[in-house]
Amino acid sequence: MRSSGFATDPDIRELVAFRTAGQDFCIDILSVREIRGWSRPALLPHAPSYVQGVINLRGAVVPILDLARRLGLEPIEDKDRNVIIVAAIQNRTVGLLVEAVTDILGVPASGIQPTPDLASEATRSMLRGVVVQDSRLIRLLDVAQLLPPADDAAA
Amino acid sequence: MAGAIDLKDIFFVEAEELLSALEEGLRAIQTGAQEADTVNAVFRAVHSIKGGAGAFDLKPLVNFAHRFETVLDALRGGQLQPEPALLGALLHSSDHLADMINASRNGTETDPELDQRVIVALEAQAGMGGHKEEEAFVFEPLALDGPFGMDLSALPLTSLLRKVTLTFRPHSGAFASGHDPAFLLRDLCGTDEVEVELDQSALPVPGGFDPGQSYLGWTVTLQTERSDREILAIFDFIEGNCDLTLEAEAETPPDPDGPLPETSLAPSAPVVVAAAPVAAPPKPVAPPKSPDAPAAASPQPASSAPSASTGPRPTIRVDIDRVDRLVDILGELVIHQAMLTEAIEQSPGFGSVEVDRSLDQLRQLSRQIQESVMAIRAQPVKPLFDRMHRIVREASMAAGKSARLVTEGESTEVDKTIIERLADPLTHMIRNSVDHGLEKPARRDEIGKPTEGVVKLSAAHRSGRIVITVQDDGAGIDRDKVRQIAIEKGLVPPNAELSPQEIDALLFLPGFSTATEVSALSGRGVGMDVVRSEIAGLGGRVGIASVRGQGTTLTISLPLTLAVLDGMVFEAAGQTLVLPVSTIIETLRPDIMMRHTLGRTDSVLDVRGRCLPLIDVGAALGFRRTLKPGEGEIVVVVERGDDGAIALMVDGIRDQRQVVIKGLEANYGQIPGIAAATVLGDGSVALIVDPSDLAAIGPNPSRPNVFLAAE
Repeated sequence: MRSSGFATDPDIRELVAFRTAGQDFCIDILSVREIRGWSRPALLPHAPSYVQGVINLRGAVVPILDLARRLGLEPIEDKDRNVIIVAAIQNRTVGLLVEAVTDILGVPASGIQPTPDLASEATRSMLRGVVVQDSRLIRLLDVAQLLPPADDAAA
Repeated sequence: MAGAIDLKDIFFVEAEELLSALEEGLRAIQTGAQEADTVNAVFRAVHSIKGGAGAFDLKPLVNFAHRFETVLDALRGGQLQPEPALLGALLHSSDHLADMINASRNGTETDPELDQRVIVALEAQAGMGGHKEEEAFVFEPLALDGPFGMDLSALPLTSLLRKVTLTFRPHSGAFASGHDPAFLLRDLCGTDEVEVELDQSALPVPGGFDPGQSYLGWTVTLQTERSDREILAIFDFIEGNCDLTLEAEAETPPDPDGPLPETSLAPSAPVVVAAAPVAAPPKPVAPPKSPDAPAAASPQPASSAPSASTGPRPTIRVDIDRVDRLVDILGELVIHQAMLTEAIEQSPGFGSVEVDRSLDQLRQLSRQIQESVMAIRAQPVKPLFDRMHRIVREASMAAGKSARLVTEGESTEVDKTIIERLADPLTHMIRNSVDHGLEKPARRDEIGKPTEGVVKLSAAHRSGRIVITVQDDGAGIDRDKVRQIAIEKGLVPPNAELSPQEIDALLFLPGFSTATEVSALSGRGVGMDVVRSEIAGLGGRVGIASVRGQGTTLTISLPLTLAVLDGMVFEAAGQTLVLPVSTIIETLRPDIMMRHTLGRTDSVLDVRGRCLPLIDVGAALGFRRTLKPGEGEIVVVVERGDDGAIALMVDGIRDQRQVVIKGLEANYGQIPGIAAATVLGDGSVALIVDPSDLAAIGPNPSRPNVFLAAE
């Protein structure tokens, strides 16, 4: 049970908004498991640069992705003050490293606009759309796209 | 309705055990076991399946099992001899019975025509063709005797009928074991003409009645064509829990194997048997035609515990989820124990003897719990191996070859998960051995081998791992052909110089197939590479060795458990990593003189005259560049499957402790050189290094970065 009064309206989507690399993003609240502080991950060998490593989340080993780097933006500095959004993406649990969580938004479906063509290709492929709120442009992430395509999956 | 579903589940679980007992018994007979016990066990397995299937109204299964049982009964009675052809048909029927049970479990049915074909083939083999029809005919005139106005006794058919009198008095214990005399009586009466007399003399006066006690007895007089054996079989399961006497006219078809077939049953069945009217008969019986030997007729004492010494020890069935939960909790316990130890060591009060002793106790206890839990999960590989007999039978039949499976080390215990996930790769390997490994019978004959090929499957524990080998006595790998095919398929360049081992390893490449003729079973190139990746998924390795003309040996080496291992915690390039202790041979501080460079980047370490490849763990995992000679601090010599040892350079050794294995596949994917991860005492994650995989990467990894999808 979430406390927000509009949660019962089926047309309203609840989104967790956060900042990273100076930009605002949001993801559907249903994919968020928890938000936690930074802890130093163990490095993974031969991993893509945006994979920070793995942490222990109550016994489960969870990889941490630097979202900014994943989107081709400036990588995050000063990690101690940043937060990890633990999200369930498909059947996996993944931690997204971001600067700060800013808000929880209730947005009607009509409030989500298609991604403008201007955005860079790398960013645009991972966006579902944008939300304009209080003169801020908040990018709605397509979390499934954050994981690379499963081409390499073992047969 | 959960109850009914549960019961059905139990039936299927038991059916599986019975099937495996059935197959095992048949194989024992095949190898020449003649004991009545073996045949009885086989018969009882089918009989119990029939009973269970009947309870759930699985009609096709009941019919099949019934006819199957009839043939087995003849075998049990000695009317049939266990000839190879008959045993083949019996095994085939047992396979089909397994299929039918599987189908029912999935809520479907097997093709009734196929059911019919299999059982008719069996009956034909047993010389019982038409037996069923005969029975049906017998039944009809009986039902229609009125209209025909004929005296039944005048019909020659009725001469098969004889009079059997049976007294039956269950003990009170029978109810406690869940027996219901009503069912037994119904079975007993069947379609025969019966007269039942109730003996209620033991009934207490009203008020003194205890519903848990047995007060009733029955005297049943049958006009039957069933043999004494068949009738007694109905009471197989209540034996020891009832008084039973049977007296009968001699069976009309004279039994060639002796006048008293039930004596063969008597030693194992604590049933009071009286074939002549020695025991006081409650009713006069038609004069018996065969006065049986008095010695044999003397009632056997109802001796108990035929199985107490030899039977299996009592076991309980536990839902595997419960055990898994226990394993998970245990993992947490081990982690927290490590955390506690660390916290106490860092606290100012550390050093108290009591605390130290308690910690030590805690450590030992958690290790004991862990071993016990692992023992619960550990299961012998026998059921898995047993399933392979069928694979060999089917594969050899399909390939037109003659093959026999020999198993060894069946009692070797392995983690249940490993056993389950081993079934597919092992099936594939066995099929491959029959299909590609063994020669055709004609060819074997030519070169002086016995026409029947042997596939040997064995399991054993070896230095903390379990090793399973599949060995055939076939032609061995034709390396020239393998090399040629690999070149044709573009898997290796035409001018490649390949060692025999490298050629053998080509078989594990995706898309490789050596069979010139593609068979239904294997040879489509989706074989050994899948096997290899499945075994790798279990933390194991597959090796292959072959001697031309003498056969091929495939070796699987697996960890004992998937949950916990003894690890050595070490540092490399600032990262904390874990090595499985079972792989470590020694640790040493090398002299700079021991290290030699080969080529530009490769190094070897001279350990007492033995040159081992030297790998800097930090560099192999991509955490840093290769160290210059002299910078490495400590070298750990580890074994690397069958290929000898390698030397791993690490920065420092921290600790040796038990670590809980956490898979990386679920949330991330497989990483070259890394077997899994674990959580250390401070709550941080450490990766567990797979030394042999690390060796395969070499000192200069050029593998692409992968983010594999979870399965």
